[in-house]
Amino acid sequence: MNIWGFSISEARVINYDKNDKSIAAQLSKEVPDSNLCIGCGGCSATCTAGNLTDFNIRKLQMSIKRGETTEAARELHKCMLCGKCLTVCPRGVDTRKMILTLHKLLHN
Amino acid sequence: MYYDPFVLPFTLGLNILLIYLLARYTRWIRSFSKEEKRIIRKNIFTLKTWKAGKEVFLESLVHHKIYRTSPFLGYMHMCFGLGWFLLIVIGKIESLVYHTSLLNPPYFAIFFRFFHPAQETFPYSTTFAFLMDLVLLMILSGLTLAWIKRLYSKALGMKKTTRHRPFDLLILTVLWCIFPLRFLAESFTSGVRGGGHFLTHTAGDFFSRFLPIESLSYPAWWAYSSALGLFFLLLPFSRYMHIPTEIVCIFLKNWGIKQGRTFTTFSQFQLYSCSRCGICIDRCQLGNSLKITDTQPVYFLKALRHNTEHSVPTDNCLMCGRCEAACPVGISLNNLRLSQRKDGSRITKATYGYIPPITPPQAKIAYFAGCMGHLTPGIIQAMLTIFAKAKADYTFIDEKGGICCGRPLLLSGNQKAASVLRDKNNDLLNQSGASLLVTSCPICYKTFKEDYELNMPVMHHTEYIRLLLRQGHIQPHHSELRTIFHNPCELGRGSDVYAAPEEVLKAVSHKLPTVYDGRDSLCCGGSLANIHLTPLQRTQLSSDALKAYLTYHPDVLVTACPLCKKTFSKTETSVPVKDIAEVVAENLG
Repeated sequence: MNIWGFSISEARVINYDKNDKSIAAQLSKEVPDSNLCIGCGGCSATCTAGNLTDFNIRKLQMSIKRGETTEAARELHKCMLCGKCLTVCPRGVDTRKMILTLHKLLHN
Repeated sequence: MYYDPFVLPFTLGLNILLIYLLARYTRWIRSFSKEEKRIIRKNIFTLKTWKAGKEVFLESLVHHKIYRTSPFLGYMHMCFGLGWFLLIVIGKIESLVYHTSLLNPPYFAIFFRFFHPAQETFPYSTTFAFLMDLVLLMILSGLTLAWIKRLYSKALGMKKTTRHRPFDLLILTVLWCIFPLRFLAESFTSGVRGGGHFLTHTAGDFFSRFLPIESLSYPAWWAYSSALGLFFLLLPFSRYMHIPTEIVCIFLKNWGIKQGRTFTTFSQFQLYSCSRCGICIDRCQLGNSLKITDTQPVYFLKALRHNTEHSVPTDNCLMCGRCEAACPVGISLNNLRLSQRKDGSRITKATYGYIPPITPPQAKIAYFAGCMGHLTPGIIQAMLTIFAKAKADYTFIDEKGGICCGRPLLLSGNQKAASVLRDKNNDLLNQSGASLLVTSCPICYKTFKEDYELNMPVMHHTEYIRLLLRQGHIQPHHSELRTIFHNPCELGRGSDVYAAPEEVLKAVSHKLPTVYDGRDSLCCGGSLANIHLTPLQRTQLSSDALKAYLTYHPDVLVTACPLCKKTFSKTETSVPVKDIAEVVAENLG
């Protein structure tokens, strides 16, 4: 029961050595500007989908970099590709292209 | 019976070409969908066919649309189109008057000067000879322009011309040989035994002074016939396939066949109708600003037709529609490109199940700011001020929890996902009970108009403001600001809204006329349709576009799209960029 509005996160392990980072490598090759991300979260703050549900581009991109691709694949579909994130990104990351590329990479 | 073996290359070539075309078009037309066939059957015996015929004359023969690009270029194309047509028609009539049999073989008219003994006159024979010489002169003048265009295309109003395949250069050479060879053959024959008129007769006399024209005239006819035959044989595999295909395409278009976002048989007709004239090249900002030279429609369609690699050009397009607005053939370039963008996502109705249902308050007007509208609160504020001033009964339908209209998904090929969002918005809007939908975003506006099934009319805010002005619900004062208008791609060329922003802007400011007015406006570079450009390239595009606008030294650069405003304001600029609604709201007092 969550009566306080927050709860304790369950313990989890991120194994950087064992996780599959091939997707991250391919993404950084196909969308090089995704490396420029400083994780400011501007994309997530403006996100149309994120306004309605638990969808977070910043987190998505973090998951990919960590190699947690299953979670990313589940989340990816929520995006509506409206392009607001692209317009607000201070680092000039083509977030829209990132999502489209991930669609391709995660489903092949 | 008039016959000579030299007519064989021409006759063979022509017959093979006709059989090939007949087989090809029959196969294509048979593969039309049932619905398309029904549309054709319904309209074939109506005035639409007559209209199409008129269009064929203006487009395929006179090439009237090319005159907009440059009069010389238009004249050059007209010489080949109309000139060749007149040569055939007048030649045929001449041969009929002489021979009075409808069934004389096609080569008889084409090689009339060879078969007709010059001393034998027939009704109007001198007039015919004069006309034929005049038309030949016209074609030769066009040919001279074509040579000039090869050497210095700027003289004919084109900065860049198409890079052709070697095969197309070969057939171009053959085409260029045809008319000079006809001229030589007719002149030599005239020199030998008279006939012809001011051109061929004079030339014949001239050549006879220093050339052995008696032994040259027969080989010249062989050469002329062979050039024609070779041209006909090569035609189906070259860009000149556009000559017959464009005619069929114009008829199909007039009967109501449309190019949607999928590649259909009609797309084949459009694809083969491209003459690769290259007028689209100079219109493309990707070429002008970023020196990208493989993505312009002429190259994209070339790759598509010859089945070479085209994945990058497919994605690397702003879909600003500048090329489409200038295309003399009127090919649906954006839709053809969209038809090649693959639906890469796996989206079902459940995917967007997280979107909660909203029940908006009932009102007469539903205002939809759109995603991009929410990025530019200034525009929303201006619209709310205008609504309040006009005492409009409105509801801000996507104030909280609005979703995307679906067009961005559509532009990247994800048609299924787009339809899911469309259904959700459609329900929301139709349930709102509003009798008018006003949107601030031209991207939303275009898809609302084209793809939604709404039970109310849709207006872009420029149209709505114009309505308010006309009905006197708002009376903004005329400011002293000198403004220029950047018409957003999706609003102007995309949705054909030109008059409303023009009228509104003139009512509130001194609008300076520019060469970028109307269909010639630039793309701001923010287009969501391009999924290939890097952010740096986008910045280059928008700063080049801004530079072009600012040469007019306006006080304000006015646009009517939140995305354009956002994109321009990211670029360092000394001149403020505002939405037309903001300019109006500021002057409401």
